[in-house]
Amino acid sequence: MATIWLFGDDVDTDQIVPGRYAPYMNSEAELAKYPFIEARPEFAQEVQPGDIIVAGTNFGCGSSREYAPRALTAVGVAAIIAPSFARIFYRNALNLGLRLFEIDIRDQVADRRQVELDLARPALLVDGQWIELPSPPGWLREAWDEGGIIQYYLKHGRLPLEEDA
Amino acid sequence: MSNEALTLSEQILSHAMGRPVRAGDLVIVEVDRCMSHDSLTPEVIDSFRNELKAERVYDPDRIAIMIDHVAPAASVATADAQVLVRQWAREQGIRQFYDVGYGVCHVVMIEEGLVSPGEIAFGTDSHANAYGAVGAFGTGVGSRDMALTMATGRNWLRVPETIRVDVRGRFRPGVVPKDLSLYLCGLLGLDGARYQTVEFHGLDWLDLDGRETLCSMTTELGAKAGIIPPTGPAAAGWDVPEWLVVQEGAAYARTIVVDLDELTPQVARPYATDNVAPIAEVGEVPVDMVFIGTCTNGRLSDLQAAARILDGQHVAPHVRLLVIPASHRILAEATADGTLATLLAAGATLGTPGCGPCIGRHMGVIGAGEVCLSTGNRNFRGRMGSPDGRVYLASAETAAVTALAGVITDPTGL
Ligand code: SF4
Repeated sequence: MATIWLFGDDVDTDQIVPGRYAPYMNSEAELAKYPFIEARPEFAQEVQPGDIIVAGTNFGCGSSREYAPRALTAVGVAAIIAPSFARIFYRNALNLGLRLFEIDIRDQVADRRQVELDLARPALLVDGQWIELPSPPGWLREAWDEGGIIQYYLKHGRLPLEEDA
Repeated sequence: MSNEALTLSEQILSHAMGRPVRAGDLVIVEVDRCMSHDSLTPEVIDSFRNELKAERVYDPDRIAIMIDHVAPAASVATADAQVLVRQWAREQGIRQFYDVGYGVCHVVMIEEGLVSPGEIAFGTDSHANAYGAVGAFGTGVGSRDMALTMATGRNWLRVPETIRVDVRGRFRPGVVPKDLSLYLCGLLGLDGARYQTVEFHGLDWLDLDGRETLCSMTTELGAKAGIIPPTGPAAAGWDVPEWLVVQEGAAYARTIVVDLDELTPQVARPYATDNVAPIAEVGEVPVDMVFIGTCTNGRLSDLQAAARILDGQHVAPHVRLLVIPASHRILAEATADGTLATLLAAGATLGTPGCGPCIGRHMGVIGAGEVCLSTGNRNFRGRMGSPDGRVYLASAETAAVTALAGVITDPTGL
């Protein structure tokens, strides 16, 4: 079972990890303590590996700081489900293999609701009902499944969309 | 109307691809310029070395490294990270290395001519959109994307749709490009241009400083890029490729018309850049600190505008006025022309060129309950220090009159 952590619209990167808590300012080892440290302090203490963030539009807006999504992977967030994501956050999550699903399910879940995520399908089981989750098209999904663009590049020896060398 | 016509972003990406590409296409492009700063370069190096197992960057002369986000270092952790960045840049033969004091990365990129019209530039910083001021396609990426780009020279992009902003008329006295940026933030919202380019028209007369403000603030709309056609007096002397011209009939996702004659000073209130109101509606807001600086509004013209207002006067009691020129060159020019002396005589305190407290790390962060009026570009909760501090965003003109009055004040009422 996984727990849903419900957030609103426009969750910005200063909320996810304030600039003052960057690995640059502290240390990489500390990063797992900092997701939502000021916006929602109980999050980092209680989140469990496999938990899921459900949010509103434009999740991750603001900075290019990759340590924002990395702080979420550091505590084991399995997926973020929101109607839209800010573009750099989307790229960073893709590069980290952090699954994003672009769909609005806020009406179908509640904060701290217990659910089950089937990443292979992909779908979310809420109160006995499966909610199908949209997958990104083509190579994006492939890259995501392989752990990000860097992993894709290392595995294939080329970037997506490029001809085999 | 020709269906061959392309937006400026489509032109730049088509040129890079050697074939016409359109909004929505996914492409792998060669990246002309990479910029990375002290805050994220340690992670870039980690990914470059340890994940990609890369040895050499694709072209050291296409890469610029800047130390600006915590400059000079504020702690042993940041000093150690900067040591790593300096060593790596030397090892890689990166000569475009701008150490402590040169200034804010984006401003230095443009000042030093490190990015040119028609180029594709990636920065490990969301405000890389600023390079649209010289007619480049500038966009922000994270550390892994930068590592991959530095190792291979290329990366993927989705060709963006474009929002066209048609600007009519001229700014009234006391109203400046920052007010137009904030107005657009209020109009379009935090994701109003998400995944898109914002292309400005009707601004041939606008100087480079104003162009930088407008393009860098498109980031606050969620835009992938912001771009102004590289034409007009500001572009005299630039090397503009002949294929980069506004093509009438290009397909825009939407067109917004703004009449500058109607525009008044705007203020973004806590805690979002789209929580914008005309200054007349902001009410009486006392401030503890006024910050003039950042890549958005820390340029010479901003300091000069503030100095004209503060000349012969003194900031209000209990108000701290912090001035951080966006670059060393700006600091030198403001020293030479007397701007700095005027600001200091008015009670300003001076910081090292760089980001300063814009990102809440050092050199003037705010405490709980404090109110700061900043010429920067973000006012999210906790951005400049305590999550219980409040940041308002406005122009340098508004900042200067506010410093004098001690409350947020309309500069057009002078
Ligand atoms: S001045 Fe502020 S917005 Fe500009 S690059 Fe520095 S931290 Fe970012």
